[in-house]
Amino acid sequence: MSRIVGIDLGTTNSLVAHVDAAGIPRVIPDAEGRRLLPSVVAYTPAGIVVGEAARRQLARNPARTVYSVKRFMGRGGEDVREEARHVPFEIVPSDEVVRIRVGDREVTPPEVSAQILRTLKEQAEAYFGEPVDKAVITVPAYFNDAQRQATKDASRIAGLEALRIVNEPTAASLAYGLQKLAQGLIAVYDLGGGTFDISILRVKDGVFEVLATSGNTHLGGDDFDRAVVGWLLADIKAVHGEDLSSDPEAVQELRLGAEAAKCRLSSEERTTLTIPFERFTYRREITQTELERLIAPLADQTLGPCRLALKDADLTPDQVDKIVLVGGSTRVPLVRRRVEELFGKTPHSQLNPDEVVALGAAVQAHILAGGITDMLLLDVTPLSLGIETLGGIVSVLISRNTTIPTMAKEYFTTSVDGQTAVDMHVLQGERELAKDNRSLARFDLSGIDPMPAGMPKIEVTFLIDANGMLQVQAREQRTGKAASIEVKPTYGLSEAQVAQMVEDSFTHAEADVNARLLIETRTEAETVMNHVRRALAQGGHLVSVEERSLITEAVDALRAVEGGSDRDAIRERTTELNRATEPLAQLMMDTALREAVTSRRADDILKRP
Amino acid sequence: MTDYFEVFGLPRKLSLDLQELQRRFYDLSRRHHPDFHQTADALAQAASLEASALVNRAYRTLRDPLARVEYVIALEEGREVREETSAKPRPPTDLLAEMLEVQEALQEAKSEGLTAEAAERLRTERDRLEARRRAEEIAVIEGAAEWDSAVDSGAGRQPLVDRFKQRLAARAYLRTVIDDLSQALGEDAETHVAHRRH
Repeated sequence: MSRIVGIDLGTTNSLVAHVDAAGIPRVIPDAEGRRLLPSVVAYTPAGIVVGEAARRQLARNPARTVYSVKRFMGRGGEDVREEARHVPFEIVPSDEVVRIRVGDREVTPPEVSAQILRTLKEQAEAYFGEPVDKAVITVPAYFNDAQRQATKDASRIAGLEALRIVNEPTAASLAYGLQKLAQGLIAVYDLGGGTFDISILRVKDGVFEVLATSGNTHLGGDDFDRAVVGWLLADIKAVHGEDLSSDPEAVQELRLGAEAAKCRLSSEERTTLTIPFERFTYRREITQTELERLIAPLADQTLGPCRLALKDADLTPDQVDKIVLVGGSTRVPLVRRRVEELFGKTPHSQLNPDEVVALGAAVQAHILAGGITDMLLLDVTPLSLGIETLGGIVSVLISRNTTIPTMAKEYFTTSVDGQTAVDMHVLQGERELAKDNRSLARFDLSGIDPMPAGMPKIEVTFLIDANGMLQVQAREQRTGKAASIEVKPTYGLSEAQVAQMVEDSFTHAEADVNARLLIETRTEAETVMNHVRRALAQGGHLVSVEERSLITEAVDALRAVEGGSDRDAIRERTTELNRATEPLAQLMMDTALREAVTSRRADDILKRP
Repeated sequence: MTDYFEVFGLPRKLSLDLQELQRRFYDLSRRHHPDFHQTADALAQAASLEASALVNRAYRTLRDPLARVEYVIALEEGREVREETSAKPRPPTDLLAEMLEVQEALQEAKSEGLTAEAAERLRTERDRLEARRRAEEIAVIEGAAEWDSAVDSGAGRQPLVDRFKQRLAARAYLRTVIDDLSQALGEDAETHVAHRRH
């Protein structure tokens, strides 16, 4: 079997990993040696840019840069209305699958995710020097069927066969288990950029049996940042008398600043945020206590799912042997304290919380390829599956936390003489009424032989496979004839739509790796030139005439090659420009912006004058 | 339909060694789980999926002593079992009068709001019903030995089936009332917290 990679398709960052010849799971870096690919896709007039280059031009190009697209996967226009208010890109109103308008085109979340997956695929191909077309991709354990399907669609569009969709906390447990770091009853607490999962497992004799899982697919570090940004906007209004809330570029500057400050506050008591705006420079000291006051209600929202998972696993917190922390947001001290208070034990994070999910996905890929035979993963379905019955009541066919694969059978009949079709509405969720649950799809069973009402007996098999995804089969018992089923996904792409997108991805020019890399390099050059221009305007007087002219020369040199197709030349001259600007950046740091730079790169702070 | 006991190679009895059941479950999972058949042809993959689904369902049913009893009754009566309890909720005959009072109190709470006094009453009632539910469950579980010896001796099992069904029906009924009481007390929030729409 050809090579299978493991991919963590994250809200904030994505990674690709593999198990090496020695049996050790490892993250595959890009050509630059970077291990995390920011999950940001920019649709620039020159072409599509993915990753760090896209992230770095976000504040310059907010309307055409898509980030946190995972929060929109498998959802309808109606249920992202609130979410849409917080992002600078435009969500097109729709009753069906979410569409994002970027410039003159509209894209769906699976297409955006496919760009990220394709970049990771190319990264792996460059690393191995051979094609990679199979992957294990992780999703939050609490993802419903539509969200899983959207992920699978994204994979197909990217030219990757998703051999398995595996749950993130379970993948993490595999990475821990492989290194014999986990035995007994384990709780995996996974708080990422946009999603929260809690999974309780029994690890025994190489079997990883998930007992229960719960979570919230819209709770994560993004929400922490949002809370901080709201507070900063109010502060700016009070101090400077300016309302920046409707200025998307300013909001993005604040969001990136808030995120960086949050990260620094994981290891420091206090930090200062410095953001130079057009008319004033905003400076604000933030203490850990202030941050915690803002995010405490969000951190507390993770505790309910934890208690519910424990209850479903029929355990008390003290029976759990080990708590494993996964996801970047578990670096926040308040989050750690809350987890420790709930379980009465110090949680662990021996493996890098940003990488452990990708490593686990690589382990699962290795199991599928036959490379590991003594580890077995038994996962569960996170949500109950049911069908709508008379009066809009849900009849549960498969309860949440049932080990997968699993199946249930249900019998249907006709209510009118000669009826040849029956429809059914499949839902996921824990509520009694159909309207309160997640509508997955409507199925039309057709091709039933005309018979008197109530005579046909149609056996419908609902099967949840090892991906946690639903398959439906129907058979008329009397004739033994398979009834045909037409699936109308409520919030997903149709088979024809996905096929079209796969085809488009082959014909589009940006599918070409070199063209994509060139665009990325150009975008990066523009970002740096932009920073330098601001730096000169803001602090040009700090350096000597000679140094200033060196910088201008470097800018001219870069500009001369920037429009061309010699990628190496552009990169070289971008590096030279960065180097020429170093003394200036250093001086600026030393003077006005000293506090802001502790953990940011020099050119990151040289923002708008 | 394949008998769940046959799946694990166990006799059709209610007393069962859970450690042994788990060991056999892990063994069968290692044999059938789709993870280990990824490289096989489509037919073999489909077969592994189906076998694995059956093993999982069988384990889920047999590891729980009450689900095990319900399953055995269904086998006895030649019915197919569904995921949800097959017992039709019926109030325990000795509690009929009390149930009427509880329903009345619930109605009152619904229409007039919950006073501290009423809440206290509902809570006391719920605790009593919880205790009764547990008692019914224990009685069902403890009936296992009697059932198994009837199986061994070939004695008539219908009276035992009837008794099990009666207790299971009472338990199903009590569960509904307890849920209603919790809801009226506003104490069921936790179970639904994760499912809130955003």
